Amino acid sequence: MVRLPYTTALTTLFSYGLLFAFGQLRDFFRKFVDWFKAKNVKGYAPICLGLEDFYVRRLYLRIQDCFGRPIASAPDSWFDVVERTSNDNNKTLQCTSNTTRCLNLGSYNYLGFAAADEYCTPRVIESLKKYSASTCSVRVDGGTTKLHAELEELAARFVGKPAAILFGMGYVTNSAIIPCLIGKGGLIISDSLNHNSIVNGARGSGATVRVFQHNSPAHLEEVLREQIAGGQPRTHRPWKKIIVIVEGIYSMEGELCKLPEIIAVCKKYKAYTYLDEAHSIGAVGQSGRGVCELLGVDPADVDIMMGTFTKSFGSCGGYIAASKEIIQHLKQSCPAHLYATSMSPPAVQQVISAIKVILGEDGSNRGAQKLARIRENSNFFRSELKKMGFEVLGDNDSPVMPIMLYNPAKIPAFSRECLRQKVAVVTVAFPATPLLLARARICISASHTREDLMKALDVISRVGDLVGIKYFPAEPPKIAEADHDKLE
Amino acid sequence: MDMALPVVNATAAVLARVSAAFNAPLARAVVFGVHIDGHLVVEGLLIAVIVFQLSRKSYKPPKKPLTEKEIDELCDEWEPEPLCPPIKEGARIDTPMLESAAGPHTIVDGKEVVNFASANYLGLIGNEKIIDSCIGSLEKYGVGSCGPRGFYGTIDVHLDCESKIAKFLGTPDSILYSYGISTIFSVIPAFCKKGDIIVADEGVHWAVQNGLHLSRSTVVYFKHNDMASLASTLEKLTRGNKRAEKIRRYIVVESIYQNSGQIAPLDEIVKLKEKYRFRVILEESHSFGVLGKSGRGLAEHYGVPIEKIDIITAGMGNALATDGGFCTGSVRVVDHQRLSSSGYVFSASLPPYLASAAVSAVNYLEENPSVLANLRSNIALLHKELSDTPGLEITSHVLSPIVFLKLKKSTGSPTTDLDLLETIADKVLKEDSVFIVTSKKSNLDRCKLPIGIRLFVSAGHTESDISRLSSSLKRVSASVLSDY
Repeated sequence: MVRLPYTTALTTLFSYGLLFAFGQLRDFFRKFVDWFKAKNVKGYAPICLGLEDFYVRRLYLRIQDCFGRPIASAPDSWFDVVERTSNDNNKTLQCTSNTTRCLNLGSYNYLGFAAADEYCTPRVIESLKKYSASTCSVRVDGGTTKLHAELEELAARFVGKPAAILFGMGYVTNSAIIPCLIGKGGLIISDSLNHNSIVNGARGSGATVRVFQHNSPAHLEEVLREQIAGGQPRTHRPWKKIIVIVEGIYSMEGELCKLPEIIAVCKKYKAYTYLDEAHSIGAVGQSGRGVCELLGVDPADVDIMMGTFTKSFGSCGGYIAASKEIIQHLKQSCPAHLYATSMSPPAVQQVISAIKVILGEDGSNRGAQKLARIRENSNFFRSELKKMGFEVLGDNDSPVMPIMLYNPAKIPAFSRECLRQKVAVVTVAFPATPLLLARARICISASHTREDLMKALDVISRVGDLVGIKYFPAEPPKIAEADHDKLE
Repeated sequence: MDMALPVVNATAAVLARVSAAFNAPLARAVVFGVHIDGHLVVEGLLIAVIVFQLSRKSYKPPKKPLTEKEIDELCDEWEPEPLCPPIKEGARIDTPMLESAAGPHTIVDGKEVVNFASANYLGLIGNEKIIDSCIGSLEKYGVGSCGPRGFYGTIDVHLDCESKIAKFLGTPDSILYSYGISTIFSVIPAFCKKGDIIVADEGVHWAVQNGLHLSRSTVVYFKHNDMASLASTLEKLTRGNKRAEKIRRYIVVESIYQNSGQIAPLDEIVKLKEKYRFRVILEESHSFGVLGKSGRGLAEHYGVPIEKIDIITAGMGNALATDGGFCTGSVRVVDHQRLSSSGYVFSASLPPYLASAAVSAVNYLEENPSVLANLRSNIALLHKELSDTPGLEITSHVLSPIVFLKLKKSTGSPTTDLDLLETIADKVLKEDSVFIVTSKKSNLDRCKLPIGIRLFVSAGHTESDISRLSSSLKRVSASVLSDY
């Protein structure tokens, strides 16, 4: 958890207060200007009333150039960022035709499959010529090809469950599956920092939703006991079923979930578990099989395992792996399976090839090399950043590392300065994180070499000094003088 | 009598004391000329009684929270339902497996068949130019885009695709989504919040219903494709309702309804919308690239200027033969979605090769508008040939590329209807190698779908394909439905 020192909290609140005050002042003047020219068509209520988009207009637009940067090449470890200019003080941005070659610390490219790969790309092109870019129909009609069946089997085998089902988009996987499994009269207990897709799925299902403190099995037990003893609200009938939803790696914290304890609690109270491994499948674990392998949990203990193919496999789409009965039930009733266009065949082939590389079934040991490299890279990077005095969140072995910024002015400062020195980072603020806890998030990839990481550390250290985010005292360099020289 | 004497003596003594107290000088008073003795004592006693009663707490049964032992017992006793219901006997679970591209002719389970189950309206599956542009994209960008649009997932092909679609339709800007079905159920909650009013057709498909449910607004349904019902609903909602001016109001319709093949009469809807001041959200997945002289959709078909429709969404998995979706409208509409549409902000962006496929598909449509004429003649031919099928009737619009066949006489129960239709589809596939499908329904769907056979007509079908289909259907339905 993040410990916020008092002085930092005060200065951050003061900065936000100042921005808010200025924003209100400008809104006040804008009211006068708008009074003369009526912008909205008479009789229609405006799309956003008053304060609904205050944050967007007055805070976000000032630093708009730090987000949504277009790129002109594959999102590999080095890529071309398109330069943008603005004539009206960042209200609108125009792309120029200049690009800068930058080090990529922002894309979800954990195993390095993002760009054209020597094993995967020829096979993808072959399947494109054979099956074309899309099947134009839903899975149950004419959208199931041999590739889809092969991938479902392979994904189930990779994760360690009896059967799996595929979807074309990770977001839809969560929002369309949860309503199939639970409905009115059921209870969903989800972690307080779960992803938006899980929140939408839970809301769409009609079940009651309760939240437990982030990653705290003790609080989960408390909530379970209270809810089972109390029953449904107002009628006190017993709950029909209870599902507990957690994620493998939380993308904004970089933390691993305390899976063994949570599974133990759920087993004791007969609740079902749903594990969302969007960021952890393929990226952690001895052979890339996710948090279950890393923390020593038997996949048979988790009822439903969900994952996406976007991050570690360089493709798109999502899957659910569970027992044969659950998968059959989903194939008959899940709306995303019955109404949505099936996954594009070349993307399916990319995942099949990527999984084969990871398992070593392509005849080389590139998979094992990639897994070892990402683990080494993440641990090295995290320990170096901590030594320099940055406040870095997350557990060891996790390739996601947020660096705390806190102050709203440091967000654009850090982002723009790093870009000027040819390192592309991602900064995240409200509403994706709590208001006071803005951060820069680094995603390490297996395709980063040691030189790339040293350059990144160099730049981040210099920018960190400039911006003032080394909240902890730096460790004096005691062991390797050579390393210290490189950092200077 | 012996016992009575001491009692009498005791009471006499008490009475004497009490009368002495009453006759004490302080306790005497004169009220309206009447002597009252000892009143202070009585008043004192009364006050004492009142104070005593007030100070007592009212009776409440004591609240005992559950003890830990009781909670343990309850937790042990509780039995959850199984996570999924048991599979019904005889439910269909196997789907036909394709072994080649889903064009007008495809290989299903090892056999070559004529394919009427893919929404490949313009016949673009297998088009050389599109495949070449995809190969170029794959070699340059790889497959996935590895990030959401806000964090280095915006690739220049996305921006090209958005401007190409906006230029094609004549709108200021457009926004791309990474999956067809997620477009509409992200757009609706981005614009409609709690307290807004939405008037929707009751035949909209599941994705629209999900979007309406997630938006938490008040939703009122009107009869499927019935303009009189729409007018009366709008009248009822706005008459005398002063507050209606300040809240946002939307009408949600589809251009070609996926569940029934009807086409929404856009000119009347626009007239009603302008009269009652509602905004229109039009879902054009099956009419983009199909209707209109040059394929620009429903607005061109009816001659309505595109600016009058506030929000247009479409999935690109049909006519354009790629995946993903887009939404277009005024600059304000599109900009608002870039920050508040959950399917755009929280999800990885569209794979770049699909975006370049979309660009090539739109280019192809602009250069070869004759493909639309092929599609239309195929639909007309199909209508003519199937008009005399025994036991089945066409219930979709004459211009809709989704041709819907329903049973002329229903057996009474939806399950037997569906069984009959599935038997017909199976036989047609096995005996004549024509691939057709029935309509499928999820149990989460709130729409009362008509049950029927859905045929997707493509511009790539030849006349012989269509005659093969019609003769096969006529033969099989005659034999299967002869008993009904």
